[in-house]
This record gives sequence, structure tokens and C-alpha cells, in this order.
Amino acid sequence: MYWNPSAECMEPEKLRELQTKRLIRTIHHVYQNVPYYRNRMQETGVAPGDIRSLEDLALLPFTTKQDLRDNYPYGLFAVPLSEIVRIHASSGTTGKPTVVGYTQRDIQTWAELMARTLTCAGADKNAVIQNAYGYGLFTGGLGVHYGAELIGASVIPISGGNTQRQIMLMKDFGTTMLTCTPSYALYLAEAMAEEGIDPTRDIILKYGVFGAEPWTNGMRREIERKLGIRATDIYGLSEVIGPGVAFECEIQQGLHVNEDHFLPEIIDPATGRVLPDGQEGELVFTTITKEGIPVIRYRTRDLTSLSREACQCGRTHVRMNKVLGRSDDMIIIRGVNVFPTQVESVLVTYTEVEPHYLLVVERVNNLDRLEVWVEMSDRLFSDEVRRVEEIRHRITRELESLLGLSVGVKLVEPKSIERSQGKARRVLDKRTLS
Amino acid sequence: MVRQLSVFLENTKGRLAHMTRVLGEAGVDLLALSIADTTNFGILRAIVDDNEKALASLRAAGYTVNLTEVLAVTVPDRPGGLAEVLETLLEKGVSVEYLYSFVRNPKEYALILFKVDDVAAARSILESRGVRILLQEDLYDLK
Ligand SMILES: [Zn+2]
Repeated sequence: MYWNPSAECMEPEKLRELQTKRLIRTIHHVYQNVPYYRNRMQETGVAPGDIRSLEDLALLPFTTKQDLRDNYPYGLFAVPLSEIVRIHASSGTTGKPTVVGYTQRDIQTWAELMARTLTCAGADKNAVIQNAYGYGLFTGGLGVHYGAELIGASVIPISGGNTQRQIMLMKDFGTTMLTCTPSYALYLAEAMAEEGIDPTRDIILKYGVFGAEPWTNGMRREIERKLGIRATDIYGLSEVIGPGVAFECEIQQGLHVNEDHFLPEIIDPATGRVLPDGQEGELVFTTITKEGIPVIRYRTRDLTSLSREACQCGRTHVRMNKVLGRSDDMIIIRGVNVFPTQVESVLVTYTEVEPHYLLVVERVNNLDRLEVWVEMSDRLFSDEVRRVEEIRHRITRELESLLGLSVGVKLVEPKSIERSQGKARRVLDKRTLS
Repeated sequence: MVRQLSVFLENTKGRLAHMTRVLGEAGVDLLALSIADTTNFGILRAIVDDNEKALASLRAAGYTVNLTEVLAVTVPDRPGGLAEVLETLLEKGVSVEYLYSFVRNPKEYALILFKVDDVAAARSILESRGVRILLQEDLYDLK
């Protein structure tokens, strides 16, 4: 189902024309209204008039999260505060948060994009959407909320946390769609199992829309099986707009980027060179309709690739692959790049293992060592040491052959790895501490 | 036949104390216990007076727990008493995965818990040799 077929299935030629017009307008807008962009363009020797086609985008300098921090709080806003109707901020792991502002029209655009997303994921005006993304400065909660209201669904603005109440309302209110992070979806499934609730029988939940952290197809299958739903991946980040930048269609082969509003590029994270479609690299976005805080070539640190092949769903917008990991979440061990998602892809093949895990990297006698902590689960457990050790060795061998380096696997007690109700922490790199 | 509780424990300080505290607070009595450990983790095996209560309290506290059938037998409390039982099982092709001793009856028998690969076979073999197999209720009587 489409929310806005004329936009979502726009003929490629027409789409390019629209994008070009919008890009040119955006560049003029930021050049005139944001001193930071004007200075950066002048330093690079690019004038607004030099940007005449989509290819000219590559002439412009990148913007990073650090640039947003350096201009804290409102330095990159392109309109006066009187035009801003909403402010969100993402918590910084260090120092100041990054702040974004929305005009009334930005809020409408965002709602439109989330309406496309939720409609594609199975919602309509009859849906009861339990929105377990956090409400507040985080964009997840309100982003989903406005899109759900726009399509006329009934929204339960429950926000994150309070698992017992989530389960109670899900049963009593007849929730048909759940929106939260994928790790929280699994956590909910576990909590239901503990309470003796069978989600495939005791609740009517049919759809889930999960994002805000990378997850594998294996994890998708586990969520779908445990909750008895269809699970859809969404992508977004507050610097670009929030959730709704890209969403998965029913074909489940990548996420359609809402290209009439955002231009994606894939670059080599080391050199900044633009990479051709199909190649993996860092995802970069330029917003072409945003008024409050447009971003030009914003480096997401998310690693993926783009595909422009026609999609069977009928949408013409470019697809990005599921995010592989973050260029800053990637760990390098003895010269080998390791992504938590690779480890996860092995763990989920052990259906009895909940994919709750942590990669712990240490430097022992000048040698980097990777240890993967995996939480014990009921079906993996045995009263016999030999059987438990057998499974541990099997996981170890599979990880070693996939990653190409030696790995230690440590089985830990259930729930001993920190669960966040937001983003799951997958890496503990102790090398930087010593 | 007796149902044994097995609990997964990390080899970190205080886990055993914590686990036994959970059982104590739930009012569960430990009748016997043994721990098998590796450098990585440990498996605690215990006979308790209330399996349901023990399972519920440990699961609520976040432990991985299961119940396993084991054989509780009395063997003559004299040199060679256990060897006779083990040899009998061995002859008939039943392998013992592990065993540990239970409370000691001060008179003539030692009580041993066996985990074997074929419980039914082991049971009939031992019974045919006059070895007494205890039931869960028999153990509760020894409290
Ligand atoms: Zn599609």
C-alpha cells in the first residue's frame, strides 16, 4: 500500500528534475541564511551558482556531527527562531547534544514521510499503533506519532520502558502495530514468554516497525517468529529529519530513501570519494526540502550501499541496504574489520540463543583479543558441562571462520549484558582505556 | 527417580551466594548440591524440597534453570560399595554422566545421585541387583 503514490512511484526523469530544482533552492537558502555554510563554500571555492545538477553535489564540503556541536545550539538554523515550532536534540556520548529545529512545514513533511512508512508497513486508519519509541528530545516518539495521526490510526503514545504496562495495554487495547527499537521488541517478546503469554495467540499484534539501531535479517526472523508479526525496518536520524528518512517495502530488499526530500550518496569514509551504486561505504545525506536546519552532505557514519534497480513494489526511489554497522562502531582487531552485525548473524543461527551479546576487545601483551559474551538461554542450557561446552565451541568455530581471527566466547548469565530500552550497546573496547 | 535442579552460574564472585540467598528467601531447602565448573562457567546441581518454588524464584531472579531426572540410590557403605554399582551399570552398557553423594545415612548406606544416559535401563538393572532406588518423597523424609 502507498500513502502518496504520485511521489513514491514518481517517474525517474521527473524525480531527477524535482530533486535538481529543490537542491538548487536549498543551496541558495543555506548560502544566504547560514554563515557556516557560506564560509565553508567560500573556503572551498564553490558559489551557489556552481550547483546546477545533482552531480554538482560532489563539489560541496561535508558536514559532520562535530560541525553541529561546534555550532551549538542554533548556529546551523537557516530561519529565525520565530519560525521554529519544535526543537529536538540527540544525546551526545561526549559533551553537548546536537540540536535540530523544525518549521511548521518541516513538521508536515516529516509526518508525510512517516505516513508513507507506516502505510507501507501495514497500517491504515483502522490500525492501533503502540508507539514505544521514546517521546521527548529523541525524535523517535514524536516522529512516529505525527505520521500515525496523519493516516488516522489510533496512537497509543506509551513511549519506551515500563514493560509490564506495555504488555497489558497491548492485550487490552488491541494493538495491531508496535513501533520501537528491534532490541526492545525482542525484550518484550522475552518478557511475554516469562509471563506465560503466547504473542501468536494471546494478542492480535500484526505489524512491527523497528529502527534506531542496526539489526540483521536473522534478528528480523526471530522477532517475526516470537511475536507472530511482519517486522519492517525503518531508518532515520535526527540530523536529517528523524525516523522516516528511508523505509523498507514488502519486498524486504533494502529501504527506499524518500528521495524527493533527501539525496543519499555513498562515500569512501577514508577519502571522501563518492562510490558507485552497489559499493559499500558511508551514507551521506543532503536535505532538499528542509527549512529549519537543512544539512548539506551530512556524514551519517552508517555503512551501507545503494541500489537503483527497479523494485517490484512499484516505488521508484533508490534503495539503501540494511545498515551494516557504523563506521565508528566498527572495530579493527589485528587489522581485521569487525562489525557487531557479523557476530549477530552467527548467533541468531543458534535459534536457542537470544541474540544478546557484547564484543569485548582488550589488549593483552600488545596483542588485541576479541571476546564475545553471549547470554545463556534456557534451550541452550544443559545440566551437563560437556554439552554446554560443545555449543560454545561450535559458536567459537563459526565466528572464527567468518571473521578470520581467533575469538573467545564467554557464556554469561541471562540479562547480565546491559539492556537499554534505546540503542543496544554491542561493543566494549577496553583498548582505548589502557 | 528424583528431579534435580540445575542452574547456570558465571564464575564470578558472589554468584553462588546470591543464588542460594534467592532460594533461602523463597523458603526452599537445599537437600544436596554439587557444582561442576570450567574456567568459564559453572553448573550447580541441587536437590531441593520444592522444585516449583525453586524454579519460579530463580527464573524471576534471572537465572537459567532446568530440571533433570537423576537416579538416587543407596549403596552399601563399605569399601567397594560404589564400585559394585558402577560396574553393574558399565557391564550393561549404561554410562554415567556424573554422580555425587547425598546426605550420608549414619547406619549402613551411602546415598548417591547418578545422571545416566538411560534412566529406565539403569533403574531396572539396579533394581534386579537389589539396589534400592529412592523416590523424591524418600529424600524429603531425610530432611
Ligand atoms: Zn520496494
